[in-house]
Amino acid sequence: MSALSQSNPGPVAKSLPHDAAKLHVTGAARYVDDIPMPAGCLHLAFGTSTLARGRITAMDLAAVRASAGVVRVLVAQDLPFTNDVSPAAHDEPLLSDGRVHYVGQPLFLVVASSHRAARVAARKGQIDYAEETPILTVDQALAADSRFEDGPRIYQKGDAAAAIAAAPHLVEGVMELGGQEHFYLEGQAALALPQEGGDMLVTSSTQHPTEIQHKVAEAIGVPMHGVRVEIRRMGGGFGGKESQGNALAVSCAIAARATGKPCKMRYDRDDDMVITGKRHDFRISYRAGFGDDGSLSGVEFTHLVRCGWAQDLSLPVADRAMLHADNAYAIPAIRIESHRLKTNTQSATAYRGFGGPQGMVGIERVLDHIAHDLGLDPVTVRQINYYDAPEAAKSAAKQGGAAPRPAASPRSSSGKKKDNTTPYGMEVSDFELHGMTARLLETSDYQARRAEIAAWNKTQDQLKRGIGFSPVKFGISFTLTHLNQAGALVHVYQDGSIHLNHGGTEMGQGLFQKVAQVAASRFGVGMELVKITATDTAKVPNTSATAASSGTDLNGMAVKAACDTIRDRMAVYLAEHHQCSPASVRFEDGRVIAGGDEMSFEQAASLCYQGRISLSATGFYKTPKVEWDRIKGQGRPFFYFAYGAAVTEVVVDRLSGENRILRCDILHDAGASLNPDLDIGQIEGGYVQGAGWLTTEELVWDGNGRLSTPAPSTYKIPACSDRPDVFNVALWDGQNREDSIYRSKAVGEPPFMLGISAYLALSHAVSAYGEAYPALDAPATAEQLWTTIRRVRDGV
Amino acid sequence: MEITFHLNGEEVTLSGVSPTTTLLDWLREDRYLTGTKEGCNEGDCGACSVMVTDDRGAKALNACLLFLPQLNGKAIRTVEGVSGPDGELHPVQEAMITHHGSQCGFCTPGFVIAMVTAHNNGAKDHDVQLAGNLCRCTGYAPIIRAAEAVEDMPVPAWIAKDAAVREPAPAAQNHTPYAPRSSDELAAAYVQNPEAVLIAGATDVALWVTKGLRDLGDVIFLEGCTDLKQIEITDDQVRLGAMVDMNAMRQAIAPLHPSYGEMIRRYASQQVRGAATLGGNIANGSPIGDNPPALIALGATLHLRQGDTRRSMPLEDFFVAYGKQDRLPGEFVEAVSFARQPDSLRCYKLSKRFDQDISAVLGAFNLTIVDGTVTGARIAFGGMAATPKRASHVEAALLGQPWTPETIRAAQAEFDKDFTPMSDMRASALYRLESARNLLARYYAELNGEIVSVLEVVL
Repeated sequence: MSALSQSNPGPVAKSLPHDAAKLHVTGAARYVDDIPMPAGCLHLAFGTSTLARGRITAMDLAAVRASAGVVRVLVAQDLPFTNDVSPAAHDEPLLSDGRVHYVGQPLFLVVASSHRAARVAARKGQIDYAEETPILTVDQALAADSRFEDGPRIYQKGDAAAAIAAAPHLVEGVMELGGQEHFYLEGQAALALPQEGGDMLVTSSTQHPTEIQHKVAEAIGVPMHGVRVEIRRMGGGFGGKESQGNALAVSCAIAARATGKPCKMRYDRDDDMVITGKRHDFRISYRAGFGDDGSLSGVEFTHLVRCGWAQDLSLPVADRAMLHADNAYAIPAIRIESHRLKTNTQSATAYRGFGGPQGMVGIERVLDHIAHDLGLDPVTVRQINYYDAPEAAKSAAKQGGAAPRPAASPRSSSGKKKDNTTPYGMEVSDFELHGMTARLLETSDYQARRAEIAAWNKTQDQLKRGIGFSPVKFGISFTLTHLNQAGALVHVYQDGSIHLNHGGTEMGQGLFQKVAQVAASRFGVGMELVKITATDTAKVPNTSATAASSGTDLNGMAVKAACDTIRDRMAVYLAEHHQCSPASVRFEDGRVIAGGDEMSFEQAASLCYQGRISLSATGFYKTPKVEWDRIKGQGRPFFYFAYGAAVTEVVVDRLSGENRILRCDILHDAGASLNPDLDIGQIEGGYVQGAGWLTTEELVWDGNGRLSTPAPSTYKIPACSDRPDVFNVALWDGQNREDSIYRSKAVGEPPFMLGISAYLALSHAVSAYGEAYPALDAPATAEQLWTTIRRVRDGV
Repeated sequence: MEITFHLNGEEVTLSGVSPTTTLLDWLREDRYLTGTKEGCNEGDCGACSVMVTDDRGAKALNACLLFLPQLNGKAIRTVEGVSGPDGELHPVQEAMITHHGSQCGFCTPGFVIAMVTAHNNGAKDHDVQLAGNLCRCTGYAPIIRAAEAVEDMPVPAWIAKDAAVREPAPAAQNHTPYAPRSSDELAAAYVQNPEAVLIAGATDVALWVTKGLRDLGDVIFLEGCTDLKQIEITDDQVRLGAMVDMNAMRQAIAPLHPSYGEMIRRYASQQVRGAATLGGNIANGSPIGDNPPALIALGATLHLRQGDTRRSMPLEDFFVAYGKQDRLPGEFVEAVSFARQPDSLRCYKLSKRFDQDISAVLGAFNLTIVDGTVTGARIAFGGMAATPKRASHVEAALLGQPWTPETIRAAQAEFDKDFTPMSDMRASALYRLESARNLLARYYAELNGEIVSVLEVVL
């Protein structure tokens, strides 16, 4: 029964501030390390390897044990149960089992009276190794056939090689694409409070409380019901807290079990950067065949994915890169070959976009290359290759795909309808980019600026400007289909106040507020009645990670279901009381209207309580329509796609390679936004983070596999002045064509890839120095640009 | 030793604390003031920013790089003290909420402090004021909108009150030998205990403690040596005391040598510059300190003192080899001086990020050109050798030559004789050498009025 379907949507679609904004600005918002601890809390630190690959021959920890404040020192043999903190593959020992796989691997665990005492002691271990030659690069890994899975994964559609061979033109190339450190401002942290009967209460800065619960339960030998995991908020996650928090939470639980004391662990920033995984770096090789107008006939990609030492989430990350190798383009024939290479480096992990950005950069590079070689505007080349809009696609399907398109619809070389399926066999039925691109080109004044830039560049010797456009089509849903589920728990108290809980975690993205807006809207009440509470595995079980941009879609729906259950119970009871039909009972503006009567929501809740109506309910949601075979590479992995487009302008100096972003214009599709301002915040922040990935953020390892950029002094995320001087962000005024929560769209990851436009703008600027295609690698640091300009301008 | 300061408006006196306890650890672990965050514990993220006020005014500083004795006599305001006595929000806090300036919220207290301090000081160059605060969520745009929104609002009374706090009288405490009150006291103490570690702004030394986990042994805090904070600018000479901090330095230098001023703007961050001292930047002998090349190009003289003995030398002579300076036991940097001169100094700082990044290459060029001929040439580089170093061969190739592109080209060929840089995570040897060569071309172009920096391009 849906008593509310036609009523005032309430707080939904309102730009309310972040739910904790006042706590943030006053310093009152508590993160894991801020929680007051009972007396006697102990602190943990790992002793880590200084070697990339080998075997431990002797471990002398006497000095560690003797160090001031040390209570206990644990090695693998001391662990009571499972020695594993991997998310799935059981290949990631908490403490080394004798093998050393990378520099920074935890070897032993120090339990001490203070954070500093633990850190000081952890450096005193004397470790002897039998050293082996490490496998550090993708070339070394290929040569050694060091990989996850048996061989490369291949997804294909049509015969790409034949299509390329038959095409009038060919581009080919290789691109290096660097990884990325998450640099969440709050480092990894966890604490464990031992409970009676061997139970454990864990607070963890995690995107995945259920996994923490699972791993802790395994590690201390209790069923999952013996472990409760709670997290109110993280100080940033970005994927880096999907699996990387396991080691700390498990360590705390083991140490708490061993000592009977509360135990806390947080990584010092440098330790965090050395120990934890980062975005996968890729080498992407490509061959593409195309016509005179740039329309693609066939594309081949090879992805060499550096996964690090353990599998972690590398398989789905590499899969998602393949699933975004088409980005927004209907490619008649395509073959994507993906090698998941095992190296003696940090185990690369989830990072905003989860492989999607890497896959997308590949095809954007191809189109940039094609446009350059043909001397065409890169936007035109993109538009020609776009998927058909749903309207055009529908008529194509009806007419067998051969009918001429209406004049207003996008051009293609053949004038024919496209095969609007992705390389993995999913029909693209919600394509928004034709209209979005047209609007953005207009609002950003793209054509005039491109002409003005060309004229300006002719007057300059040292500096050149460039402008780049890139679209985003990003698939929404976990590709591991069973993860697309969520639960919620909602209580209405007899005073009308509402307790809201769901399986999603808050890392800054505004999930809690958006979901609370849904709850308030379902009950037709103001936000002040809704209490947002910490994510807690004891309230909502078996949750999926807050990841894949799915937080609001999944948890919003689960909360809606729970609220509607309670509301419908209330409606039935009030309808009886007031002799009207339950469907006619309305909840709006803080009032409940039943029959001829009107009361406050508080009064209604009180009445229902007195009428012995259950005012507590769970809610559950599973995403419809998705099914996926990742081995065959066929199916519908995504419920829908989110879209966006950006135009970025840059300036570059050839003498130094120094460069700046001058302006960025973005049009992004958040469907019918639940909270436009919070969504714009995700877009602005995602863009800057994406542009950082492709420009200043450079991870460097030395020849021994040691990370030589393990701190913000050497690893440079964008600073304040790196954001575009002119930064225009607008939302596309559409709505989700699928039945998502209030027809909104996920907005966590997609905007990250808008940063690709900065890379393309740099490529454009570099191309003004000479004839050759820039073939710019990423990150495009000043040195990278200087190197590339020299090649383009001087042939060096 | 006893330490007294004001914390969020209340006087606090500490005794018996370890002198190398950082303010950040003390706030969080002893006072349970957990609003101040540890983001990196090395001064690069600003999450631990606090506002520190003394008789020179208010500044935002990184609490992770401050040892408690450095705060004696000052007023500290943490994020918990930014709101009014009845909980009313500071305009900056209101604006940060309204403009969605926080997402995960972890960097937010540091931003609020930096913004409150800038607001207090009437500063509106927000990108400069906030260059030391990293945010990974917002992309900064909403934070800048918030900063702009409060520019013209009055400073709340409770914030203004900190300015009235004055250092307690020296007699009230047992300050020596750890905290001398003048360079004379310092000279006496240091010569007695030459093994002691001198701590000026602690922006470098604090890392020995927070990252190196070292026990520093005996320490001497220079903060009380106010006579070393003097800046004297006469018609003939500029003399800068060793304890001049980099924000004060920037203010003094910018009118004389704007390019040097602009370089200091990009040197570290507002927070670090507020603590870092000129003497520290020289005495630590780093090959990538940004002041020495600029000062060498200006022909600066270094003034050293040991006990009552003073000596002076050309600054470049101080840097003997990597990690080795011409400094005697118990000797300390007292000042740097250089002659007033027409400005032809240009400082070019190359780094991965414009703001708050250590230089890959820092080139300082100071040529005198009379009637089209190069009559004076002082060129020095950081990041190109084991020490800050003059480009002597390049200088020789320029001197006496006509100021032409041909001369530049000929001089560019000389860089290989002066420098054999190394490769590291900041840049390759090739990039360092070639970009250094290119900077001479940039200098030529700039003096000819061309646009040479991407920072000059504004849409």
